[in-house]
Parts: sequence; C-alpha cells; structure tokens
Amino acid sequence: MRYAETGYNLEVDLSRGNIERVETDPRDTELYLGGLGTNAKIIWDRVPPEVEPFSPDNLLIFAAGLLCGTPATGCNRTIVTTISPQTRLMAFSMMGGFFAPELKYAGYDKVIFRGKSPDLVYLYIHNDKVELRDATHLRGKGAIETAALIQQELKEPKAQVAAIGMAGENRVFFASIEQGRSSASRGGIGAVMGDKNLKAIVVRGTKDVSIAKPMEFMELCNEVLEYIKYRNDHPIPGVMPILAGLGSPQEMKVHDEKWHTENFSWGNSRTRRKDFWNEDVAREWTETLDSMRTRLISCYNCPMTCGATISPPGMPTYMMKCFSKLTYTMAAMSDLEFGLGIAQSATEYGVDGFSAPQVMAFALELLENGILTDEDFPGMPEDNEGRFYWLLDHIVRREGIGDVLANGTYWAAKQIGKGAEEYAHNNIKKHEQLPLKLSMLNPIYFLMYATGEKINITQIEGQFPQAPFPKREHREAFVKDWFQVPDEKFKQYFLDWEPRGDNSIPYYPTPPMACDIVDWQERMHYIDDALGMCAGLSSFPLKPPYHLHNYPKFISAGAGIEMDTEKLTQAAKRYRTLVRANNTRRGMSRKDEKPPKDHWKKRFPELEKELLDTYYAFKGWNEDGIPTETTLREFGLDFVADDFLARGILKKDADTPPKDDAPEKDKEV
Amino acid sequence: MAEAKKTKTVRTIKVDVDKCNGCRACEMICSAYHAAPKYSGNNPERSRVRVIREPLKDVYVPVYAGEYTPAECLGRDKYIIDGKEYDECAFCRASCPSRDLFKEPDSGLPLKCDMCEGEDEPLCVKWCIVDALTYEEREEEAEEDEKPEDIDVGLEALADKYGMDKIMDAVARMSQQKKD
Repeated sequence: MRYAETGYNLEVDLSRGNIERVETDPRDTELYLGGLGTNAKIIWDRVPPEVEPFSPDNLLIFAAGLLCGTPATGCNRTIVTTISPQTRLMAFSMMGGFFAPELKYAGYDKVIFRGKSPDLVYLYIHNDKVELRDATHLRGKGAIETAALIQQELKEPKAQVAAIGMAGENRVFFASIEQGRSSASRGGIGAVMGDKNLKAIVVRGTKDVSIAKPMEFMELCNEVLEYIKYRNDHPIPGVMPILAGLGSPQEMKVHDEKWHTENFSWGNSRTRRKDFWNEDVAREWTETLDSMRTRLISCYNCPMTCGATISPPGMPTYMMKCFSKLTYTMAAMSDLEFGLGIAQSATEYGVDGFSAPQVMAFALELLENGILTDEDFPGMPEDNEGRFYWLLDHIVRREGIGDVLANGTYWAAKQIGKGAEEYAHNNIKKHEQLPLKLSMLNPIYFLMYATGEKINITQIEGQFPQAPFPKREHREAFVKDWFQVPDEKFKQYFLDWEPRGDNSIPYYPTPPMACDIVDWQERMHYIDDALGMCAGLSSFPLKPPYHLHNYPKFISAGAGIEMDTEKLTQAAKRYRTLVRANNTRRGMSRKDEKPPKDHWKKRFPELEKELLDTYYAFKGWNEDGIPTETTLREFGLDFVADDFLARGILKKDADTPPKDDAPEKDKEV
Repeated sequence: MAEAKKTKTVRTIKVDVDKCNGCRACEMICSAYHAAPKYSGNNPERSRVRVIREPLKDVYVPVYAGEYTPAECLGRDKYIIDGKEYDECAFCRASCPSRDLFKEPDSGLPLKCDMCEGEDEPLCVKWCIVDALTYEEREEEAEEDEKPEDIDVGLEALADKYGMDKIMDAVARMSQQKKD
C-alpha cells in the first residue's frame, strides 16, 4: 500500500501510441521524494545530454507532487519537466490549479511522454481508461478554448485539461502549457509538447488518495489552516502590501500598480519612470482592474485567492494571476486596459507572460535603433498597441520576423546579429527575466539569481526579508515570532542587517551568511517542488505556514516515510544536486551563472567572485560550479560521479579513495 | 384549544456564492471526514458537498447532498441571476439519476449531508475561510399537535434497548421505504 502517492506512472509512447501503467519503486520516493525530485532522476536515467529538446527521445513529464491530493492546504502543483529548447537545460516549470490532484484521484503520480505522435492528438485519462484521441480538429485553437471543446466532446465538465495554444503547436521557445487558471510557462515546455504533437492532456479521476497516519496528518493540516488565518489577520508590518501576506504576490487583489510601475523597468527592461504615477493614472487603472475583475479565485484546496477572472470588454473571459497583470502594459509603455486585453490573446495562444512582452519590446527596440528595419515588419500597424498585437500574432504563427523572435531574445539576437546581442540584456541562462534593473547589488539576491536553476522569479525570493528593516526595533519585533528559521543564527543575521553603514549591502550579509540564507531559501523551493506545494504558502512569502520544522511530519504522516529535518534536508540536497548534474552534463557551468551586465548599476567584481566561490565551496561544487566527486558520493549519487569521471567532466578527487564496487552499485533500472 | 409550543433547533449552512473562490476545500474535507477510518483518505467524488463551477461564466455554487430520488423530475428550472445563467439542477440537492453528483463512485449508493454530526460545526464550513460557507443555528417554534410525551417515552425506551444510532438508522430506512 502506498500513501499520499499512488505508486503508478503512466508511460505514453506517442510514436507508437503505446500506453503502459508502470509501478514505481518506493525506494525512489525515499531518496527523491516525488515531483521534481523523481523527475530529475528520470531525466538523468533516460535523457542523456546528446538528446536534443526536439528529439523524440526527449521526455515530457507531468508530475503531481508527493502530497498533492492530500488534505494539505495549497498542495496542488504539477511539475512539468523536459529539456528546454530555449535554455537547452532541464526545465521544471510548474502550475497550480486542479490538474495534479485530479491526476492522483485518477490513480497516477506522473505521466511520462516519449516519442512524437504522427498526428495531433490529446491524451484522455479517466481512471483506468487511458486513450490517445485525435486532435486534428483542435489545431490552431486557443488553449482555453481547447479545454472547453474537449470537455464538451467528452461530456466531462469536471475533467481537468492542460493544453497548448498556437505558440506550443508552432514550437515557440517560450510557449506555455495552460490549465485554465494556471499555467506552466517558464522554459518553453509548451514547445516540446507541440513538437510531440500533443495538444492536451485531459484527466478525470474518482479514486481515493490514502493517508498513512490519518489523525496525525489532519492535526498538522489544521495547524496550517489556523496559522494561515492568523497570518491573514496579522500582515507583516513595514513591508509593501504584496509581501505582507501569504500566497503568490496578491497582484489581483491589491492595487500595487504604483510601486511596480515606478520600480520596475518599462519597454525592453530599459526605462524606469519614477514620475509616471499620478492621480489620473491611479483613478483610471483602479477603475480598469475593478471593472474587468469579476472574482478572486483559488487553486485546488487553497484559500489564498491569488488569481482572478478577468473580462476585458469585447473579449472572452480568461483567468489571470500574479505579475502578468503588468508585464504587457509596461513592455508596451501603455496602460492597464491594454495589458489586460492582450493578455487574453496571449493566454489563448499560450505564451509565457514574462518572456513574450519582453521579446516584443526587444523587437521594437531593434527597429528603433536601425538593427531591424521597416522591411522586417511588413504590414505592422503604426500605433503602439496595434504593433504589439501584430507582433504577438506573428510570433505565435512563426511568420516573417516572428519566426526569429519566437526563439526568444537570446537566440533571436544571435540570428539577427549586427549588435542585437546588446539588446538581449535581461536574460540568465538564455531565459528572459523580470524587467528589473537595480542600483545596489544585494548579495543574497545575486547568488539566487546567478545559481538558480528554476530560472524564474520566485527562485530569487524567499523567507528571508528582501531588504533590512529601517530600525533595530522593527527587526526585533520581526524576529520575535519567527519560528520558521532553520537555525537561530538567521535571526541574528537579520537583526544586524542595517540599511546603511558597515552592515549594509553589498558587503553585508557577508558571503558566508549569504550562503546560509540562499541555501535555506533554495532548499525550501526544492522541497516545495517535490511535494507539489505552492511556493506561495512556503518558500516564497515571509513567515509561511509550511517550513522545515513541520514538513518532515507532513511527509511521515502523509506518505508513511520516516522523516526528520536531517533526512529531508539530505533528500532535498540529493535531488537539487541531481538537477545540477543534469545541467552540468549539458554544458552548464560557472560561465552561465552571470546576471546581465546592467542588472545593477553598481557592480563589485571581486565581491561577486568571492560570493560565487564561497557558495560553490559551501555546496560542495568545484570552482566551475560542478558537484565534486566527494559531494556526489556523499549523496549516494555514485552513478553521477562515475558518469562525470567517464565523460571527463570531473577528474578523480585526490581525497577520495577509489571505490572498487562503484560501477556495480550504481546499476539502476 | 391551546396547542403545546415547542422549539426545535434548525441547523443551516448559509452559502454566499459571491464569496466562493472555487477551491473545493469543502469537497476535500467532507470526503476525508467521512472516510473510514476517519481521514484515512479523501476523494471529492465521495463528497456530500460539491461546487458546481463554470469558471469562465463566473458560476460557483456549493450544493449540499439532500434526499435521494429514484426518478428525475420532468420539468427543470433554469435561473438567470445578475445576468448569469445557471445550469438546470444547479441549485438542486437531490441525489438523482439525472446527474452524477452525490453518489458513491464504487457502489452508486446515494450520499447525503449529515452536517458532520458530532463536530462543533460542519467541517466544510471550518475549512472555508473565505466565508462562502457559514454555519447558523436558530431556534424555531414548532407546533406539535400530538402529545409529545407519548412519543418521547416510547422512543426513550427503544433508545435504551437498541441505542440511538440504530433507531436513527431504522427511521431513515423506513422513511426511505415510504417514499419508494
């Protein structure tokens, strides 16, 4: 009997149309938990670095986290893993919504796709009945439209659908997978789905998810729910509203447009408009959001209402969350009404709400600067908003210049040449980031931005405040009930952090302190991504209900796996290292862990070097950011160590005694 | 002739559809509570409350399982409220052949909300912290035209002999048979 997880994966060979239900090894759950952790292991075992993103041998894995479908509030994430066409690294984009619990109720932990279907199809899972169905009639349809059509034709209004739009079908490098109110957007995983000729996955499940120790588990769940209520009633004082509470940043609920429009960059991450906001804008934008937003909505089993139903005038209704509220508006230097309108088209086309606006603004900047010319944009309207709609349309169809832009700013710039690379100035690891350009380097942020492999915004935020509080008394008040810290020393780090003077950024927190903090924040992200927990209740906000002290209990009581903080930390480090190993094998190293040159106005090359050096050593990686043989063997990743030695990625560690039995030991099936 | 006045407690769950966020925590916790052993599993399909959701039409209606009915009704109602058209049966609580709600997925047996007898409040209410579901008790005057004493005495005797649970089961069964 397996608890919390179902113990079964679906293996779907799209080339041959073969579907198998495969029992998984419970020992893997113990070592890698589930979700991202076990995905990383499957990628390691089955997708060697020679496999191209658009090869039939690339896998596309939809995984429900280990605790998805249990009563744990907010545990509903699907972790989608594949090799990204854009970064050419292991992508693990995630979506909340209702898909992962439904997959569990249908009796599966993961769906693993391989091969390539000869024609456009969708996969229909209804408990034990699983079939590939023709989807040629859905070609070119919007992602949300597709979901509705499939629910109708199957007469299954309760089925959960994850679908791609035209962008995915045409292999746009920043195509998303859309699921109604949520999407897995980062890393271009929708393009891999399109390449496999898979339009959608439909799941309907009516089976039970079992709990190992029911009463204990419910007690933990009740504590979490009580703490969420407490935190809702007690926002953190002294920080901006979207950071004061729990959940994803409450962009749909809170009118924080002033802060973002003044502090983030407009256009192609270029201009800060500190004097943009005024009373007229405030009135107009408030009216726009309030009139288009019909309801605040949540993902499965979560009270946080981070999303909203949006009805732009004259356009179909769609659902939105978080910062895509402003990305189109600011990229186009336009207003909120435009932003919420074009986001409707973008959702149907299925593109990432961070990359897509950036790519379009980048194209127009190239035009303004004569690197591209009017001839590259035949028929493009004159007006600003019209140009964005025109560009979006050409990108998702890969028509004309859209075919180049569809590869994202990094690859497009390379292809265009003539100095275009200078304009692709907001990427890390070839992937577009939030339009942020800052003045003073923050060492914690620097490390998370540089070394993160999720390569998205939530990776660089966490439970440690982003900035020091102005006065010691504020900081003392903050640490008073800060029980989430893994160790008391973090309170001291924060107490001593001053806005100015010796103990201020960039030299404070010192590199060793920054390593501790980043390691903690990163660990929380990795645990969430294996359990399927929303970052918004754990790794992302200040003082969350889930933390290192109650997570082990959730896993023990839920999945029936003996767990304590030490064992959990060890597991998280193991698959975190395995994610890095997958990427190391694909050529990622220190050279790729470089934030854009203009990300901060003031740079400190020596400090930055010291930060990376210290962090790599702290993690047990060599100076190139590659896990050492000792580290790999310590985590039981002997199969990785041996592979690295065989490939010449690592040379034998001088301090490691040779292991005679290593080759046999790592024989994994 | 003056009739004997008695009060009875009416237990209600007030449903504010405008506050529903569509998260289905009510379905989850209901099915977990009613699992045997308690909380050993969960499965919204077994829940005695279901959220009728059509997100793109902004339709969210938590509905509680009421009586079982062996036959669907002939005429069905469609409601339009504030410009939103609600599906026929959207507000109906019956476990009915016309739809797949409120039936045990394995056996097809009907489900019915029991207000989580024994808990302080129904658990769906407890878990709905957005307050779409709130619990209310009120006392109502009940007009009794029979001598209540006789029934009380009789029932008490039966309760002593068989226990309250068995009697309630028997009453439920009999009232069901009567309907059939």
